[in-house]
Amino acid sequence: MGILDHHKKIETHATLLLVLSFLVVTIGGIVQIVPLFYLENTIEKVEGMRPYSPLEIKGREIYLREGCYTCHSQMIRPMRDEVERYGHYSLAAESMYDHPFQWGSKRTGPDLARLGGRYSDDWHVQHMIDPRAVVPESIMPSYSYMLDRVLTQRDAEHVRDIMSVYRMLGHPYTDEMMENAVSDFFAQTDEFGDPVADRYPGAQQRNFDGQEGVVTEMDAIIAYMQMLGTLVDFETFVPDASR
Amino acid sequence: MADNSENKVEPPSRQYPDPAVKLKKEVGTTGHSWDGIEEYDNPMPRWWVWIFIITIIWSVGYWVAYPAWPGIQSATSGVLGYSSRADVANELAEFEARNESFFVALVDTDLEDIRADDELQRFAVNAGGSVFRAQCSQCHGTGGAGVQASGFPNLLDDDWLWGGTMEDIHETIRYGIRNEDYPEARWSEMPAFGQDGLLDDEEIDQVVNYVLSLSGSDHDSALADAGAENFEINCASCHGDGGEGDYFIGAPALNNQVWLYGGSPEAIRHSIYYSRFGVMPGFANRLRDAEIRAVAAYVHQLGGGQ
Repeated sequence: MGILDHHKKIETHATLLLVLSFLVVTIGGIVQIVPLFYLENTIEKVEGMRPYSPLEIKGREIYLREGCYTCHSQMIRPMRDEVERYGHYSLAAESMYDHPFQWGSKRTGPDLARLGGRYSDDWHVQHMIDPRAVVPESIMPSYSYMLDRVLTQRDAEHVRDIMSVYRMLGHPYTDEMMENAVSDFFAQTDEFGDPVADRYPGAQQRNFDGQEGVVTEMDAIIAYMQMLGTLVDFETFVPDASR
Repeated sequence: MADNSENKVEPPSRQYPDPAVKLKKEVGTTGHSWDGIEEYDNPMPRWWVWIFIITIIWSVGYWVAYPAWPGIQSATSGVLGYSSRADVANELAEFEARNESFFVALVDTDLEDIRADDELQRFAVNAGGSVFRAQCSQCHGTGGAGVQASGFPNLLDDDWLWGGTMEDIHETIRYGIRNEDYPEARWSEMPAFGQDGLLDDEEIDQVVNYVLSLSGSDHDSALADAGAENFEINCASCHGDGGEGDYFIGAPALNNQVWLYGGSPEAIRHSIYYSRFGVMPGFANRLRDAEIRAVAAYVHQLGGGQ
């Protein structure tokens, strides 16, 4: 056991132990993490993914602010029971514009990765006001105050700032999108307004919360929920066998 | 406090060798001494060392068998060819194959004939029931009773908005109601009589009472009589002269006690003033044909199927 005797030198030297442990952990981390940055099949090539529209970003910010992720994951795992219940398993590409991603392994509520289009806007409004009114067994808290929190020019400008940070991180926001960020923010709740879908294909545009004349947090959160998991065109998706 | 000093017993002197002395001889100490405290240099337990070695050997086998090491373009795929995505696809295919004869029969059988075939009907109701609980129960209730006075219809009664035959139910599930996803979605829109200024407040009050009278609810007969004319002009073309409703345009029947948004004068007033616009998503792109037909069969047999 000659080599193990040398090991004693490390065991009895605190600084050496610290430095070498750090080295080992670093190598392990690099081997696991770095290939994800260059491997071509990390993020699948899919049709339909686009960055979030301004109102959807606001909805996402509210989602994060309220800690929705503590009870809801956005990751359908490749297992039969999940695919049968929620739809096609989630792809890495579907979270490529999420900072941070909303995956998770703890579900107090259902997974929301493919929530979009499953319920009517009116259902969402009623459910946010009083979850037990529509789902008696629910333990979700009420978020009715979102109906009263009116979004203003400042909120829109803040979202534009968030967009410029996202752009710095590499999200493909064009100059046109940046110029129209504030107007798109408000236009998305007006179905007769400037079509937001011109810049954000597949964006849904209507009065989400049913309140005339005001854009509220309820509009933003429902706009976000109604687009979750709806972008990727799965008819053109071919699973990569090496994953 | 009792004084126990009298009961104090001297500890017995050691009759056996101190085990510490023996250990010290056999394994030795690390050689350090802090305030007279020394540390034995025991070897790792044998079982622990062996498990440690086995895990290292195991990891080598794992690298060979499973996807592990990243390369330039992709990672090694492993000799077992494991893929979680292929696994789920295979598992889905396996259940698909098991039920295939039923799925094919469901699609091939005329909707109205499904219930004539006992075995097929039993499959359809069970399969449809499980799809219903996953996809429909959030709005229509786990048992299909809907949500009272909230615009989510009860499916257990025989009061239908868009018709209660297998064909009608199937069509509604496929394309939904008033959604933007399907051009084939069922569509109708009641005018917002108050908001758009078609009727003034007084006229709306009269029509509310007339509507209440149609269903035999408590109402003010004088106001109801006054509202009859406006009902005939504005409402009867869709809801029928006697408020019997019309499946073709999704106009609810007003001559019974089943209310989609509530039967109180306030709720009816709200419906007339602002109108209602209930939306149901379509499932043609979400479920496959056999599943949609199974759900239709399930809903049809809940109690109100026509």
